[in-house]
Parts: sequence; structure tokens; C-alpha cells
Amino acid sequence: MPDWLAVIGRSLLFIVVLFLVAKWLGKKQISQLSFFEYVIGIAIGSIGAAVAIGLEPSIFLGVLSILTISVIPFLASFISLKSKSFRNIIEGKGTVLIKDGKIMEENLKKERYTTDELLKGLRKNQVFQVADVEFAVLEATGDLSVLLKKENQPLTAKDLHFSIAPIKESQTVIMDGKVLDEPLSTAGRSRLWLQTELEKTGVLLENVFLGQVDTYGQLTVDLYDDKLQVPPPQEKPLLIATMKKCQADLELFALGTENKEAKKMYRENSEKLQEAIDKVEYLLKE
Amino acid sequence: MTIGSEVKQCLASLKGIEANLSSLAIRTPDDEAKHVLRETRVLVNGVVADIQKRVVEMEVEETQYKGF
Repeated sequence: MPDWLAVIGRSLLFIVVLFLVAKWLGKKQISQLSFFEYVIGIAIGSIGAAVAIGLEPSIFLGVLSILTISVIPFLASFISLKSKSFRNIIEGKGTVLIKDGKIMEENLKKERYTTDELLKGLRKNQVFQVADVEFAVLEATGDLSVLLKKENQPLTAKDLHFSIAPIKESQTVIMDGKVLDEPLSTAGRSRLWLQTELEKTGVLLENVFLGQVDTYGQLTVDLYDDKLQVPPPQEKPLLIATMKKCQADLELFALGTENKEAKKMYRENSEKLQEAIDKVEYLLKE
Repeated sequence: MTIGSEVKQCLASLKGIEANLSSLAIRTPDDEAKHVLRETRVLVNGVVADIQKRVVEMEVEETQYKGF
């Protein structure tokens, strides 16, 4: 067997071995390497490379070495699941850089973190003024996490004491013009229902690029042909409009009638309906 | 349009509202929203009952309003 063929064979083999090892070690490795995992990753990579180009003649020894090294982070992550102090050693701990709005100079020094780096980290979090920050931590992975002072945080519905309609995840039921049965049944709908909804909006299934069912079972679609206009779901706005119209009608009847009793009845019911509108309006708003 | 038919039309709309609220309450997976929709439906149902009564009264008082 010529050398070059051997190298190709070994390379392919080691790609498979490294792929399997990486898969076995889990997702965590990819997103947030602790420095321990970082070192082991490099070691495994270079062993793989050395064996692949034939610096180490024995494939078996290469695989053995990779397996041995990859067992260590496996064990380490197993122990750190159980023990907090072990975890602190292996993965490191976050360092508080800003507390109660004041920069902790001691901790900056300890982490050898310059003021410029701190400012840069804050800017990455969209903070340009240190005075806006209540609390900031340098995570073990090197990211800076920032808590803004309450008055600088984005306004939420809770701050305004607003009730807003709750939402659940929507289900994608049509993709590339094909119906997806599993999400459709998760949304509690059938193909027949989908067919009816599509007919209601007047579009063909083949023309739908993407279709989703929202929290209230309404279908929204995106078409291949972007020139076609699809009306947004009308049910909820229509319902609230009808309620308001009826309420106004009742008030008119109350004004119109001369029968005292009927006048009172209309007035009461118009108030009742107004109460119903106030109660439900936040759910029906788009 | 006579006042009689206007009241009847309003009654029909109210019944429609009730049905729509029920149907939304059944379809939404969120418990809180379900609860609010059901409560609203009960309120609307009370209104429907009162207006229904009024329609009957009107039909008795003024026979020309009978039917549609």
C-alpha cells in the first residue's frame, strides 16, 4: 500500500473516531469549554493528527490514547455533577467586577482584567455608561454578565401593570408546501381543518412556503409568491369589534325606548357587556 | 328598519359572540386565557338571556314585530 493511500485511510478513520469521541463527550464541550476541556480538546486533536499522518505507526495505540484522554473529562464532569467544590476547581468560578454600582478594583486586579477590557465587555452588553450598571460578573468562561440598574432596564408589561395575552409556542405545520403531521397533531388540528383554513384564505397548499398555527389556533402563512396578499387572521379582531358594536346598540336601545323597565334593563346589560369587553380585550388584541 | 328587527339583530350578534368565545376557550391551550374566556362567555350569556326576554315582550306588546 503506498504511503499516500495509508494517510488517506488513517485520516478518514480518525475523523470518525474524533467525531464519535466528541459526540460522546456531549454538547457542553462545543458551546462553553472550561479550560480543562480546552486542554483536553487540543491534546486529542493533536494525537489524532499525529496518528493520521503516520508519525505514530500504530493505529491501535493512537485510538487507545484518545480514549484514555477523553475518559478523563467524562469522569470529571461526572464528579462535578455531584460536588460543588470539585466543580469550582475544574470549571472555575465567576468573579464579581461591579457590585452595587461600584467597580471592585481588587477583583479586576486579581483577574488581570484591565479597565479597557471591562469597558469593552460592558459595551458588548450594550452598556456605555458604568453608572448604569448595578452588578457585573466575569464568568469562568470569560463572558461578562451585566445586570442593569432597575431604572435602566427595558420596560416590561409587569412594570406597567398591563395584562397581556399569554402565548404558547406556535407549531410549524406547513414547510416547503408539504404538511407536517406531527406538529399538526401537537397543535390539536387535523389535515381537514388545515384544508378548510387554507380554503378560507384562498391559497393553495402548493403555494405555501411556511405555515404556522399560533396559540389561539389561528393559521398564518408565508407564500412562495410574495406578490400575493394574504389577509391576517380576522377572528379575534372581528369578535372584539362585534362586542363593541352590540354594546353601543344596547346603549342606543336604552336611549330609544320609553318603557322605564326596558330602559333600565338595556342600561344594565350594556354595562355588563362593557365589563365583558374590558375583561377579554387584552386577549383579543393583535 | 324597525326597532324590533334591530333588537333581534343585536340578539343574533350576541349569540354569535357567545359561540365565538366558547370556541376560542376550547382551542386555547393556556389555562388562564381559557378561564377568562369562559367567564366572559358567562357574562355575555346573561345579556343574551335578558335581550331574549325583551324580544318576547316586544312581540307580545306589538304583534307587528312578530317573526322577522
